[in-house]
Amino acid sequence: MAGLDLLERRLVFVTGKGGVGKTTVAAGLALLASQRGKRTLVCEVDDKGDLADFYEAGPVRYDAREVQPGLYAMAMDTERSLDEYLRIFLRIPVMGRIGPVARMFDFVATAAPGVKEILTVGKLCYEVRQRRYDLVVVDASATGHVVGQLAAPQAINTLVQVGLIRSQTDWMLDILSDRHRTGVVIVATPEEMPVNETIELAGRVRDETTVDLAAIIVNRVLPELFGRGEEEVFEHLRSAPRAGVDAAVGGDIAPLLEAARLAVTLRRTRAAHLERLRDGIDPDLPLLYVPYLFARTHGLRSTRVVADALAAELGY
Amino acid sequence: MDGRRTGSVEQLLAAHEIVIACGSGGVGKTTTAAAAAAMAAARQGGKVLVLTVDPAKRLANALGLEGFGNVASRVPDAAFRQAGITPRGELWAAMLDTKQSWDSLVRRHAPDAGTAGRILDNPLYQNITGRFIQAHDYIAVERLYELHLDGVYDLIVVDTPPTRNALDFLDAPARMADFFSSRLLRMLTVPYKSRLVNFASKPFYQVADRILGTQFLQDIAEFFILFQTMAPGFVERAEAVSRLLHDRRTTFVVVTTLEAAPAHEAEFFIEMLAARRFHLGAVVLNKVLPDYLRDAGGASARLAERLEGGATEAAAALGDGFADVGPAQLARVLTEVAENYLRFQLVAQRESEQEAAFGRTPEVVVSVPYFENDIYDLGGLLELGGRIWS
Repeated sequence: MAGLDLLERRLVFVTGKGGVGKTTVAAGLALLASQRGKRTLVCEVDDKGDLADFYEAGPVRYDAREVQPGLYAMAMDTERSLDEYLRIFLRIPVMGRIGPVARMFDFVATAAPGVKEILTVGKLCYEVRQRRYDLVVVDASATGHVVGQLAAPQAINTLVQVGLIRSQTDWMLDILSDRHRTGVVIVATPEEMPVNETIELAGRVRDETTVDLAAIIVNRVLPELFGRGEEEVFEHLRSAPRAGVDAAVGGDIAPLLEAARLAVTLRRTRAAHLERLRDGIDPDLPLLYVPYLFARTHGLRSTRVVADALAAELGY
Repeated sequence: MDGRRTGSVEQLLAAHEIVIACGSGGVGKTTTAAAAAAMAAARQGGKVLVLTVDPAKRLANALGLEGFGNVASRVPDAAFRQAGITPRGELWAAMLDTKQSWDSLVRRHAPDAGTAGRILDNPLYQNITGRFIQAHDYIAVERLYELHLDGVYDLIVVDTPPTRNALDFLDAPARMADFFSSRLLRMLTVPYKSRLVNFASKPFYQVADRILGTQFLQDIAEFFILFQTMAPGFVERAEAVSRLLHDRRTTFVVVTTLEAAPAHEAEFFIEMLAARRFHLGAVVLNKVLPDYLRDAGGASARLAERLEGGATEAAAALGDGFADVGPAQLARVLTEVAENYLRFQLVAQRESEQEAAFGRTPEVVVSVPYFENDIYDLGGLLELGGRIWS
């Protein structure tokens, strides 16, 4: 299974439709890597500040901070990324000291296609190039934006003919296009729209970027409630005279039976979407499953459960 | 929570001309908007339009439309009849085509056809309308304004684009106006207009040149010089759009599930609507697990816990009626039923806590139960609509 090398890569982008648990999976994957002895950086790209909750270790900022042993977390900030870039490559002091210039840059970065994206991808590639970490896991933008990010170096290459950025997209492309080093993971849930978007995004990653699609992770998979023959027993139980059943179990069993029926129906509806997903993607692409978390709270404990589920799926 | 509320979505829709559904991705916003619009058309009459951004193919089919585009099309009465309803009004549906809408906006505001053509042909144009100043958000409100101005519809229900930040949609018109009047835009374009490089912007150009290259900067500047020709029309329009959002005929409906992240975002959005003095009409709590799982008295959970440990005894007590089923298998099924209940009950309780934690809420708060099956036709949509309605 090709998914086995997922954590052997150096840079993994985790994306997916809003609401599918993209950050949950990115957080779990990074935690798993660190548990397996890899010095790992996890980076949140959208400034939502959600990542912090998954490790319960205080706010996550641009400067990476160790949140678990061997696991470092940061939040992308394109202004800071630009500062860093100018300092390292141009030896220009911090932009903050020359206010109007910084504002102009912010303006160009917002306006010019690809500049903000290149500052994001550039920083991530730089961390890979510097070899400070064994693995960089990116909680990337949602499906609508991630292609723009991944394709930014090529876009810059065609738009910008000369200049420093142009000369620097080459080494970024080297890293991004190397499937041994870089991969994209799409997170989906077994529901209609997430499956549609996943199939569409898989095609776009293949057609519009040079980055390898490494795996699809299906989140919130409901367990199969009944084994072989058991569903008939369950139906028998449902149609039996209720008073007799209630007396035998010592209480009103109706809510319990209703909940079981709900679980069976949900599982069945979702199975159909899962099948559609399997039919819609390259059959060689690894599909990993993360179970629905019937948990009271979120936070580090849930992140650990996700990491364990991923470990099992990856064959660890 | 529902019991002490006086208003209803029905009244809300009757009293407004524009209803804007917002919420984070995956909460069922599009379906909710379509269901509300379908109910309004069926029960209240008049011409009702649902303007959606990225409808599932299934939803388009549910509305009886093959694939609706930027031009509104009418949902056939036959679709209503199939659902056993004779609608009092008309239901129309339109999809927002961002690119097409931007193009027509440029054609309208450019000083002449030649300039419009040069903007549309500019290689940066598509890139910039795709990414810049929340182009999707702006065009969505802009299109809404246009439709409202036409005066064809009595009610327009809008499904907002999925945003990274819920505020983008609200702030888009103002930001658009700001952009055109900004000093930054002038600073960027002036040197290329006059060859007289502004002294203050000099260090910027030196640095920018080294990084981006002169050619690229010039391309950008040229594009913005063209774009600036549309400024007066754009600014005026953006201000009018902003006024419409604040108009008393406009109301917002926040849609959310009771999962932690969407609920958190919904609360934030509710605060922001208040801070910006928009009218919050209703909160729709979607995909809520059924009441029997909340198990207020705890009796079901106690039974489930007892069954988990004592399934063998219960199976034996069931006895005769299940003669053809082995007691071991019966006990296994009972254990699974009990465990399943406890798992879902945990989630339902989390939802109930989340619901209680909602701070500021509007007059109308409705809970919509989890629909176990996907909605495939107008009948399903109306059934969902009925749950929101009163």
